[in-house]
Amino acid sequence: MSALQEILRRGEFAVTAEVGPPKGVNREVIEKKCDQICDFVDAVNITDNQTAIVRLSSFASCLIAKDKGIEPVMQMVCRDRNRIALQSDFLGACAWGVENFLCLSGDHQSMGNHPQSKNVFDVDSIQLLQILKNMRDEKVFQNGEPLKGEIKAFLGAGASPFADPLEFRVIRLAKKISAGAQFIQTQAVFDLEIFSRFMEEVRKAGLDKKAAILAGVIPVKSLSALRYMQNEVPGVVVPDSLVERMKKAKDPKEEGVRICVETIEQLKKIEGVRGVHIMAISWESIVPEIVKEANLYPRPERS
Amino acid sequence: MIIAERKPIKEIFSFLVPGEKVLVLGCGTCVTVCMSGGEKEARELSSLLHLKGWEAEDSTIERQCEPEFNLKAKEEITHADTIISLACGVGVQTLAEYFPEKKIFPGLNTTFMGMPKEQGLWEERCWGCGNCTVHLFGYICPVTRCAKSLLNGPCGGSKSGKCEIKPDRDCAWQLIYDRLKKENKLEVLYAIQPPRDWSTSHYGGQRKMIREDVRL
Repeated sequence: MSALQEILRRGEFAVTAEVGPPKGVNREVIEKKCDQICDFVDAVNITDNQTAIVRLSSFASCLIAKDKGIEPVMQMVCRDRNRIALQSDFLGACAWGVENFLCLSGDHQSMGNHPQSKNVFDVDSIQLLQILKNMRDEKVFQNGEPLKGEIKAFLGAGASPFADPLEFRVIRLAKKISAGAQFIQTQAVFDLEIFSRFMEEVRKAGLDKKAAILAGVIPVKSLSALRYMQNEVPGVVVPDSLVERMKKAKDPKEEGVRICVETIEQLKKIEGVRGVHIMAISWESIVPEIVKEANLYPRPERS
Repeated sequence: MIIAERKPIKEIFSFLVPGEKVLVLGCGTCVTVCMSGGEKEARELSSLLHLKGWEAEDSTIERQCEPEFNLKAKEEITHADTIISLACGVGVQTLAEYFPEKKIFPGLNTTFMGMPKEQGLWEERCWGCGNCTVHLFGYICPVTRCAKSLLNGPCGGSKSGKCEIKPDRDCAWQLIYDRLKKENKLEVLYAIQPPRDWSTSHYGGQRKMIREDVRL
């Protein structure tokens, strides 16, 4: 059982943080980020060419994180690899002791730095979950052929409570859980009202009992960053009141941290929220402060 | 129908050598309807080439994708040094297969299989994936119309009913959801669609269809 799974099983409020690999081969970049946040999170979630920008692979970065003594969550997106490559990388990562996997569709390549590339989408995130679950539980590949060895994998998926059609979001979450998701990482929460309503529906469907839901948060450094979140990032809703608050802030960075900490405090009170996932994009160094301020430090012992 | 658009005129000029006899060969079916390669467009292009100094003629045959129609135009085709085909990619290849000695260039870019949505607006509807399941999705094909070909619901990027990658594109999953909701058939979406067999699609290389019952 992965440490993250064990913490969630014990009913502790989990904290994970996102780590973005570099656009190059410098493993020190990942090592430094891991060193900064190691004691403050239960696992680091390593992105897989996020926003379709080529970076050091999630798989390799996960091994670097493991070397630093921190448990990785390996993101796997369906944009760049077909079922052959996805299954192969899953086996490879399992063989190296990676135990947490987050299955995502992946941002469209037109949003990244190789917009002329072809996408794959041989399978979608729900199908990927089902494939990995069957590899672990039934010991079979997608084609039904048997595979050898024990697989220890804690499987996760994303949830987007703020994207349209809103009414479909709980149905989709239910599908992800029935396909094999044991933990869920949500898109960043800024609008607690919408998120609370989403969680109410989630509880009504009993989904909070079937998977551990980690609410996503993003600390923002500036008014322009918050506005960017509000206007440009798909699936993110930022209430105008937060923008107003940021406008008046004397120290935007400090205000960004405060908003993030307050959001976490509110999220802790929502029934069914089992942890938070901090996405401090290019600002990983702020994670310790947020975790401490949100009274989530020290972290529980890892098994 | 097959939708196509004419190549930029500069690209067409770049195919041609001064002084040669050019035939602009239109096609009377899909590309006539989408106003890119029919009789009218063939005439316009040949007139333009004429003005630019080429000895240019035009002719339009009913379906360039079928050998017999091409063979009917044999005389005109043989007479020309170079042919600009205003057919879709199928038509250009058929023509070239039956007239291998000719210099042939595509005058159109074939874009997709789609429908005329409004005057001057065409929208893609089908990829020809070889395994139609539109009835499961409110008759809106997610393979073709979702930017990620997702089969189990929308990604996290759908906003106000629009796709995250192009704000003027409807999110296929919003359309699917709306239609099934209206028809009280939302439960269709609860089922997990398994991975598809893409071997019927173009990922399996060139496809062939054999109908023994109609073969001679």
